[in-house]
Formats: sequence, C-alpha cells, structure tokens
Amino acid sequence: MNKTYLPIKLALVAMSISAYQASAQETVRIGTEGAYPPFNYFTADGQLAGFDIDIGKAICADMGVQCEFIAQDWDGIIPALLANKYDVVLASMFITEARKEQVAFTKPYQASAMTFVVDKNSGINDVDPESMDGMIIGAQSSTTQADYLASAYPNAEIRLYPTQDAANLDMASGRIDAMVGDIMPMTDWIATQDGSCCEKAGELITNPKYVGEGVGMALRKEDAELRERINKSLANIISNGTYQKINEQYFSLNLLTLK
Amino acid sequence: MLDVLTRFAPMLADGALITLKITLLSVSMAALLALPLSLMRIQESRFLRWPVQLIISFFRGTPLIAQLFLLYYGSGQFRPFLMEMGLWGFFRDPVNCAILTFTMNSMAYQTEILRGALQSVDKRSVEAGKAMGMPMNLLYRHIVLPLAYRTAFPALGNEVILMLKGGAVASVITVMDLMGQTRRVFSQSFDINVYLVAAAMYLIIAIVFVSIWRLFERYLNRHQSHRVIRRKPITNRTALN
Repeated sequence: MNKTYLPIKLALVAMSISAYQASAQETVRIGTEGAYPPFNYFTADGQLAGFDIDIGKAICADMGVQCEFIAQDWDGIIPALLANKYDVVLASMFITEARKEQVAFTKPYQASAMTFVVDKNSGINDVDPESMDGMIIGAQSSTTQADYLASAYPNAEIRLYPTQDAANLDMASGRIDAMVGDIMPMTDWIATQDGSCCEKAGELITNPKYVGEGVGMALRKEDAELRERINKSLANIISNGTYQKINEQYFSLNLLTLK
Repeated sequence: MLDVLTRFAPMLADGALITLKITLLSVSMAALLALPLSLMRIQESRFLRWPVQLIISFFRGTPLIAQLFLLYYGSGQFRPFLMEMGLWGFFRDPVNCAILTFTMNSMAYQTEILRGALQSVDKRSVEAGKAMGMPMNLLYRHIVLPLAYRTAFPALGNEVILMLKGGAVASVITVMDLMGQTRRVFSQSFDINVYLVAAAMYLIIAIVFVSIWRLFERYLNRHQSHRVIRRKPITNRTALN
C-alpha cells in the first residue's frame, strides 16, 4: 500500500480505539423538564436537581453507567425522545394509554394521583363538573391533567400553561378559579409563601383512565434491553433502601404507596 | 396529514380567528396612537420629544415576549392595587393583556415609521401651502399627512405582517390563538404535520393581507399610474393626405 495512506490508517486506528473506550463507559442521556419542583428543577446556580434527578443518578450508579441530564420543555419531551435527543424521559410522567402508543414505559417509580387546588377564600368546596360550570380552570398543557379537564369538564373554561410554575403564578394572582395538578407538587406548592393563598379541594383523582398506572420513565419502544436494565436497577434501589432515603429528603409521604 | 386536518380543522380555524382579531385590533389602535406621538416626536421641544423617544426605545429595544411576560405576570403581582382601581377585570383576561402589549409594541414601531415619513415630506410642498395662506390644520390635512402616509404605507404594511407573526408569542400566556391551538393539537396527536398546516395558514393570511394592502397602495399612488394612449402610426395620417 502506498505510504501516503499511513496517516489515514493511523487515524482510523485511533478512532476505533476511542470508539471502544466510549462503549466501555456507556453514557445514558436522560431528558427531564427542569420546571417541576421538587421533582426536577434548576437550582439557583443552574444545576438540575430534584427527586427525579436523584432517582436517575441512583439508577445510573446501580447500572454502572454515566448519566447525562438534558432539559427539554414538556410539550416536546416525547417528540425529542423519539428524535433521539436523549434515551430516557425521567420527568414524573404518568403512564397512559395515549403515551404508550408513542413510547414504552418502565415499571412505575411513583404512584399517581391528581388534585384540585382552589383559592382559600373562593368558597369552592365541590369540584364536580356541575359546580365548576363556567369556571376558569388551569393546568399544564400536554399533561394528563389537561386531558382530564378536557374530557370531564367540557363546560369549564380551560387554560393551558407551558409549565406548572406558570399555572401556579396565575393561581396565586387569581386569574384562574382552580387548577389541577399532581398531588405531590401541589402539596409542596401550597406549603410555600406563594401558594399560601390556596388549598387542595375535593377528593384525590385516581381514576386510572386519567392518571394511568403510575409514574414511569419513558423510552423508545425499540430500546427494550435498556428498559429491562433500568427496571432491574429500579427494583434494586427500592429493595436496598436507596429509594426510601431519596424519598425522605423530599417528601413525608411515601411516593410508591402515597401513605 | 389529511387526518390531522379533518380532525382538528375547527380548532385551528378558531385559533386563526383569534389571531386575526388580536392582530387587527392591536395594529389599528396602535395606528391611532402613533399619529399624535410621531407629531410630538418631530417637535423641536425636547420636553415633547424625549418622553416619546423613551417609550419607543423601550418597546423597540426589548423582546416582545419579555414585554408580554412583564405585563401579564407583572400585573398579576399588583392584583390588590388593580382591583382597587377597577382594572383587574381587564388584566385578568390573557387576550386583553396580549392586545395591550402588542398595541404598545406596534405603536412604537409605527411612530418611528411615521416620523421618518413626516420628515421626508418635501419642504417645498409645505412652503407652497403656507404661501397659499393655509392654516396649520388644513396644511397637515391636505399636504403633510397625505404625503407622509403615502411614503409610510409600505413600511406600515410590513409592520402589520410582523405583528401577525410576532403575535404567536401570545400562546405562552394561554391565549388560544392559531399558535396556541397548534401546540395543543400537536400535544394530542404528536403529529409534526400540524405545524406545517399552521405555517400554511399564517402564510395564507399574510398573502391575503399583502394583496389587499397593495390595492390600497395603488389607490394612494393613483396619481403616479397613467395609461399609455396608443396613437395611430403617423404613416396612416400621411396616407390620408
């Protein structure tokens, strides 16, 4: 072979070595929202943190892989997964039939329930569809809460927000009469200064038609092998107490039993 | 794609109507405000000029979405005060907040467009008017403003189109305009084609608007268009002789 090919050959060898090294330290890219405290949010210094992030780190440690977290707006969180921007969605996503058509879920890592939140002084006690007739109800768009409102509350005016934080702001300012959110972040929010205006109302919404089988991590359907490894690691961190330890850092309720 | 269209067409049409309503209301109210402001802007007195310049530089120098957030979430923070003033009913509605923000924004741009046009009015035409003994209001009504609007017209049309497209940011404060409905449909169907449909709808609105604007433009500049009258060739006349 001609001498001039030598540098190219060397470069090819170098590339194959680096490719080998990359596969030795596998990186799993995890997509999350970063606007859903205390599950996933940005700290003041711009780092992603929260329950979801800690669970992700614990699972990656158990799997022996490196984790890279990527923040993505909620509306595009499934399309970006399908477009291979990351491998796993770990963002407190409810497992629903509609989403299962697009992606595959791991075993649930949280139980799920939704709740209404109303202004303390509004005098709203009943949140059934008849008494909420003509009221303005907020929810985050592309969520199970939004689907729930759209099908169960056809006579209410529904406002859809890009983030739960934005809905919370409008709840506090009184632009909306009520909102629907996941039980955990809502409990968390009404305990804060901003959320002191408001309280939970009505029964918890646990209809599996809307809240699904719980909260899971979403993967592309073809990544069955990675999904199985995550399921195994999830079972590991639940049985060895790591999960409970993370749970206690954030919530007094156990997220798997809601007790 | 056809499936998306048939299933969600009514939602997208609703959205397009709201987009049209917001755009037309905002730009026409802005047009009403821009005229007095641009007249203030060209005065010698700095007490008349500077406040206008301050407003314009704020609205031209900051992103539309930032202005919208400031007004929408900002007004939410002042709820008790606004309730006392009896204004909360207005600010509570996201569509009102969007229209108010867009009006202010478009007003700033239109004022600058008109200012340029007013300053480009030929001094000799104004002097001719003065020489005829026209009072100020007549001078403006018959000479300065028609000439200025003629110059400003294409740029104003451009501003309307920019507002139509820029108005899509209203969807982030829960306004269900064309963009808001598109995002909602996308979140239900995960079908990227819906954005293609939305883009086509924006394009159609823009094209229709441009054609109407061009008709107006031709009407305003009708003194410049002239028909060429074809005369019979001279050879014919010589043949008659």
